[in-house]
Amino acid sequence: MNANLMSRNDLVLLLGFSLVVLTMPIWLAPLGAGYPDLLQRFMIYGIFAVGFNILFGLTGYLSFGHAAFFGVGSYTAVWSLKLLTLDAIPAMVLAVIISGIFALIIGFLCLRRSGIYFSILTLAFAQMSYNLAYSVLTPITNGETGLQLTLSDPRVIDAAVGHSFVGQPIPTLFGTPIGGYAGFYFCAAFLIIAFFVAQRIAGSPFGMMLKAIKSNQTRMQFTGFNTRPYALSAFVISGMYAGLAGALLAVTDPLAGAERMQWTASGEVVLMTILGGVGTLVGPVIGAWIIKYFENILSALNDNILARFFDVLPDGVDSFLVKVIGKFVGDGWHLTLGLVFVIIVIFLPGGIMEGVRRIAAAFRNRGSTPRTSNQTQAAE
Amino acid sequence: MFEVIFLQFLNGLDKGAAYALIALGLTLVFGTLGVVNFAHGALFMLGAFCAVTVRMVLTMETVTIDPEKLSPWGTPLEVREPLMQAWLGDFGAVLVNYSVPFSILITIPIMLVVGIALERGIIKHFYKRPHAEQILVTFGLAIVAQEVIKSIFGPNPIPQPMPTDLRGAADIGAWLGMQANIITYPIWRLVYFLFAAVVIGAVFAFLQFTTFGMVVRAGMADRETVGLLGINIDRRFTIMFGLAAVVAGVAGVMYTPLLPPNYHIGMDFLVLSFVVVVVGGMGSLPGAVAAGFMLGILQSFASMNQVKAIFPGIDQIIIYLVAVVILLVRPRGLMGRRGVMEA
Repeated sequence: MNANLMSRNDLVLLLGFSLVVLTMPIWLAPLGAGYPDLLQRFMIYGIFAVGFNILFGLTGYLSFGHAAFFGVGSYTAVWSLKLLTLDAIPAMVLAVIISGIFALIIGFLCLRRSGIYFSILTLAFAQMSYNLAYSVLTPITNGETGLQLTLSDPRVIDAAVGHSFVGQPIPTLFGTPIGGYAGFYFCAAFLIIAFFVAQRIAGSPFGMMLKAIKSNQTRMQFTGFNTRPYALSAFVISGMYAGLAGALLAVTDPLAGAERMQWTASGEVVLMTILGGVGTLVGPVIGAWIIKYFENILSALNDNILARFFDVLPDGVDSFLVKVIGKFVGDGWHLTLGLVFVIIVIFLPGGIMEGVRRIAAAFRNRGSTPRTSNQTQAAE
Repeated sequence: MFEVIFLQFLNGLDKGAAYALIALGLTLVFGTLGVVNFAHGALFMLGAFCAVTVRMVLTMETVTIDPEKLSPWGTPLEVREPLMQAWLGDFGAVLVNYSVPFSILITIPIMLVVGIALERGIIKHFYKRPHAEQILVTFGLAIVAQEVIKSIFGPNPIPQPMPTDLRGAADIGAWLGMQANIITYPIWRLVYFLFAAVVIGAVFAFLQFTTFGMVVRAGMADRETVGLLGINIDRRFTIMFGLAAVVAGVAGVMYTPLLPPNYHIGMDFLVLSFVVVVVGGMGSLPGAVAAGFMLGILQSFASMNQVKAIFPGIDQIIIYLVAVVILLVRPRGLMGRRGVMEA
């Protein structure tokens, strides 16, 4: 890769990131998360969060309706799998295009306002999409049941090339079914590409414009820039990322339901981004991983497992601990999430990445002569 | 036709009243403290669960197994004796019957304490921080509150019976000299509407006619100057936060017979109430109330079959649609003040 395209730091970050992602099945196995289904979700929500960060982290617009694009991507992908072909690539391409168009329309309207008004407008559009998907658009979305693949789907292209199969329809990539670890590597490839693109955007003049919009939009306008096209591009790109993530979720698990468009889903991606670190490249991905990891691990714990874990303690103490901790795991894991989130926002607004940076800075200061922390921001 | 429209208008009133009450509280907090409070829906929910708790306490029973009496299956009969009747006689029975209105008396101090503790404990530290962070921390608090309630009361809605005297429907048409039995309206909804009107009136009167309210209004207009005059404006704003929590709480209490409360009732109302506040104009109290009623009534009209035949699905999206249109053509909302949240 030539030096003009990427700086050395960026290249190291990208390679390191790829290495971490691709070896996930190995190093997550001891942590109890080394199974493909969860790993796929790590990748998918990683993409979603990276895309969300382009809008919120770089440009400074807090959207509370990003799940709408995620849902549109899912529906488009499933329809492509139903009508055109079981191959995943056309489904992904179509999903990205359609969610991009959707984002263009919504973004065009919402970006006429900023601040809380922008948040409410995106929320309003997302709730409209969600409510419509549940009611009037049932022929397209299949309402509460969710859109599924069936044997009797037309699949025009598959039929034209005479491709046929037996059994339950499963999405394929050039004839290979996407499932298990193949599905994980498929998603991982997309996450790495998505990360690379985000990295390029953040480092480009376009990315600088977005950061300028975040820090002072009025001044930008006074100096003669029209900021709207830039903000709109960021909105559309981030909508396309969400569409891509939605499509991947539909490809790995071909069932699209309206609940993934609900505003709680939009709230979740906000949580991921904040938890990891707004405005950093790696932060949102880490946030997504942590939330998905604990969602799976904590919600699987129950009182029996806890009781076994605390067996060594004296009788009264262990039953007490089980009772208290039992409130925070299993069904109650959202409580843990909420508490952690509140604590993060209060004490560490920059998320986990800021925590890492502070610790790194503390070590550096102790090790050598104190210096300014300009060099600690390599991750951005 | 007129009857149908009038009936839909009435149907919109109770929901509109709930929106108006929540939006009023949200606007009080925003107008005084400048904080966007996503935990306000959680306060509504806490109020509703105060009512649930009060009823649980009032309907406590002693269960004794009486070996003398046998049930038809030959097992000893359980004798349940309601404690309230045992202690207070007929008054106890009345208390149980009117548990929902009675809960208001208990809810008010609880919500006041919760509100003030919330403001002093957490929100105080967020005045100087960006709106996005205020939204996020209150959003997190809302999640915590609803999960705590879920782990105590379980995920299912808990129905609250309304007092027996207030069940059934009122024949409003006959009251207004129209034909009987055409326009009938559940009495409790009417009660809810009147209750909301009283609360809203009380809040406005409090702000308009008391010295305390005058100081608060002055502080809303120019906080610094009021502070320079030697008035402890922060303490008054804290009390206003408590008041907003009380308004949300009692709105939740009175709504329980209409919609059995579960842990996410607050979030369901919050999203709509935010839309209401923005439509009314951030920081405008009359705007919030007007927009609340307007959107409630519009929603009720949109769910008429005649309307749905023309625009399918309109009842699902009408509120958001109105919000989008108003925000795009009138950025400040219906009655918003200039320069509020226009960054």
